[in-house]
Amino acid sequence: MGDNGAGKSTLVRVIAGADPADKGVIEWKGEPVRVHRPQDARALGIATVYQDLALCENLDVVGNLYLGREVHRAGVLDEVEMERRASELLGSLAIRIPDLRAPVATLSSGQRQSVAVSRALLGAPEAVVLDEPTAALGIEQATHILDLIEQMRERGLAVLIVSHNLGDIKAVADQVAVLRLGRNNGFFDVNTTPQEQIIASITGATDNTGRKPVRPWP
Amino acid sequence: MAVNDREPPPGGATRYLRECLRLLRWGAGTLVTAWRVGRTGSLPVVLGLVVIWIVFESIDTDFLSARNLSNLSVDLVGMGLITVGVIFVLLVGDIDLSVGSVSGLAGAIFAQLNVNAGVPEWLACLIAVLGGAAAGAVHGFFVARLGVPAFVVTLAGLLAWNGLMLFILDTHGSINLDDQGLVATLTNHYFGNALIPLGLAALGLAAYLAVALLGRRRRTVAGLPGPTLGAVAVRAGLLGAVLFGAAGVFIGFRGLPLSVLILLVTLAVLDFVLRRTTYGRKIFALGGGIEAARRAGIAVEAVRMSVFTVSGAMAAVGGLFLASRITSVGQTSGQGDLVIDVIAAAVIGGVSLFGGRGTTWAALLGVLVIQSIASGMALLGVQVAVQFMITGSVLLAAVVLDSLSRRAQRSHGRA
Ligand SMILES: Nc1ncnc2c1ncn2[C@@H]1O[C@H](COP(=O)(O)OP(=O)(O)O)[C@@H](O)[C@H]1O
Ligand SMILES: [Mg+2]
Repeated sequence: MGDNGAGKSTLVRVIAGADPADKGVIEWKGEPVRVHRPQDARALGIATVYQDLALCENLDVVGNLYLGREVHRAGVLDEVEMERRASELLGSLAIRIPDLRAPVATLSSGQRQSVAVSRALLGAPEAVVLDEPTAALGIEQATHILDLIEQMRERGLAVLIVSHNLGDIKAVADQVAVLRLGRNNGFFDVNTTPQEQIIASITGATDNTGRKPVRPWP
Repeated sequence: MAVNDREPPPGGATRYLRECLRLLRWGAGTLVTAWRVGRTGSLPVVLGLVVIWIVFESIDTDFLSARNLSNLSVDLVGMGLITVGVIFVLLVGDIDLSVGSVSGLAGAIFAQLNVNAGVPEWLACLIAVLGGAAAGAVHGFFVARLGVPAFVVTLAGLLAWNGLMLFILDTHGSINLDDQGLVATLTNHYFGNALIPLGLAALGLAAYLAVALLGRRRRTVAGLPGPTLGAVAVRAGLLGAVLFGAAGVFIGFRGLPLSVLILLVTLAVLDFVLRRTTYGRKIFALGGGIEAARRAGIAVEAVRMSVFTVSGAMAAVGGLFLASRITSVGQTSGQGDLVIDVIAAAVIGGVSLFGGRGTTWAALLGVLVIQSIASGMALLGVQVAVQFMITGSVLLAAVVLDSLSRRAQRSHGRA
C-alpha cells in the first residue's frame, strides 16, 4: 500500500522487468536473480497485471492473452488451439466475454481487467503481481476481481496486490507492506494491526523510511 | 403519368414500400453496428469502387472494356507493390513519405548499372532492391533507435534520396531501358493462353475453399463456434465471381499480365506473413500500443526497424515495375503525386493511420480506386487539376471515416 506517487507502480515495473532497477538486488526463493526484461520475470514464474493493463487495443482477446507466447503449429500461428485454451481458461475463472474475437478496444473496463488477469494466469505462474486491480472498477466488477484473487490464493499462488483501498486489502491480504516516497515504511500483519496504524504509516504520521524496517518480511 | 392511370391495389404498394424500408433499416443497422466495432472490413471501399465504375461506365462505355480494365490493372502494379510496403509501416503506427523517392532511386540504380555499366539485369535488380531496403533501414534506425518522429525522418528521406537519384542519373537526364530485357518483360509479358487465367482462378478458389473448410472442421472438433457452411459458400461465391470475372477480362485483351500475377502472389504471401506468423502478430501489437508490446516482451526496436526496411525494399521493387511500364528512368521518376497516391490508396483500402488495423489487400483495393479515377478522368479528357482535387477529396473522406470509426469503437468500448 502507499499514497499516490509513493512508487508502487514503479516497484511493480521493476519486479516485472518492464523498467529494470538502476541498483539493488531482487531475490527470488532466496537466490539473487537478474530481471532485466519482461521475459526474465516470466521465466521465473512471475506474472504481472499492470495498472494500465498493457493490452493491445486492436488485438482480439485471444491475441492479447497469447501475445509474446503464441502457440504454433508447423511454424504457423495456431489460432484454433489458442482460442480453445483461452475459452477453457476464461471458463474456469467464470469470466464471461461473449466474443473472444472482438478487439479489446470494444470491451468494458471490467472485461479488460478480467482479460489482463487471465493473461497473467495463462503461463501457470507461481507469483502474480496486480497493480491497483480494482481502482477503475464498479463495485460488482471489483468483487469479481477480488474473487479471482481468492481463487489464485486457493490454487497456491503467491499474490502481491498494490492497492489504495484498505477494505480490499482487509478482504484478501495477510500481510501489508507500506511504501512511502519510494521506500519501505513498515510491514504489518493485516489481522492483528489496527487500521489506524497502517493509515498512519501510509500518510507518513509514523515515518520509518530512515530506519530499518520494523520487522523483516516474513 | 402512365403509372397513375391505373388504381394501385389497395395497400399493396404501401406494404411493399414499408417492407423495403424495413429491410433497408435492418441493413443500415447491421452496417452501423459493424462499423462501431471496427469490423466493416473492405465493404466501404468495395461499394465505393462499384459506384466509381458505374459512374464512369455510364458516361463512357469504354471504361469497363476488357482493354481499359487490363491496362488499368497493369498500370496499378507498381503503385500496388509500393503501397503494400507502406502498409507495413502504417500498421505499426508510423508513416513513410520517402517511398516515391526510394522507388525512383531504385530505378536509377538499376538503369545506371545495367544500361551504362553493363551489369547483368538480375544482379542490377538485386542491387537496386537491396539499395531500397538499405534506405528503409536507415529510416528505421533513426525512428526506432533514436526516437525521431517517422514523419520527419522520411520527409528528409524524400528529399535526400531524390537528390541521390539525380546524382546517380548525373547528366543523362533519362535512361532508356532495354525493351526486350527482364525488367521490360515484367510489365509487357502476357500469358496468352486462356487456360492459364482460368486455371489460376480455379486454383485460387479451391485453395480458399480448402483453407476455409479445413479451418472450420478444426474449430468444430475443438468445440469452437465456426462460420456456417452458408457463410463459407457465400464468400467462396463472391471470390469466385471476382476471380473468374478478372480472368474473363484478361482473356478479352491479350491474356493474363505477368505483372498482375506477381502483384497478387505478393499480396497473398505478405497477407499470410501478417496474419499467420509471429512476426505479423508483433507488427499488429506495435500498432495497438508500443508500450503494451514492449511489456509483452516484444523487441519493439527490431520490429520497427524491420517494417521500414520492408517498405524501402517494396518501394524499390515497385520502382522497377514503374520503370518497366515506360521502359525508362528519368529525373521525375517516383516524384509528383506518387507518394500521396500510395498513402491515399492504403487509407482508402481500409488501413488505419492510427496503426494496428488493415490488410495487404487494402493495397489492391485502394490502388484500384485511385487508378480507376485517374483512368476514368483520362478517358473523359478531364484535366489533371480536377483529378488532383477529386483524389484529394477521396483521401480526406477515407481519413475522416478512419478517425470516426476509431472514435466510435472507443466510445463503444467504454459504454
Ligand atoms: N524508489 C524511487 N526512487 C526515485 N523515484 C521513484 C522511486 N519510486 C517511484 N519514483 C518516482 O515516483 C513517481 C510516482 O511513482 P508511481 O510508481 O507511479 O507511484 P504510485 O503507483 O505509487 O502512485 C514516478 O515518477 C517515479 O519515477
Ligand atoms: Mg500506480
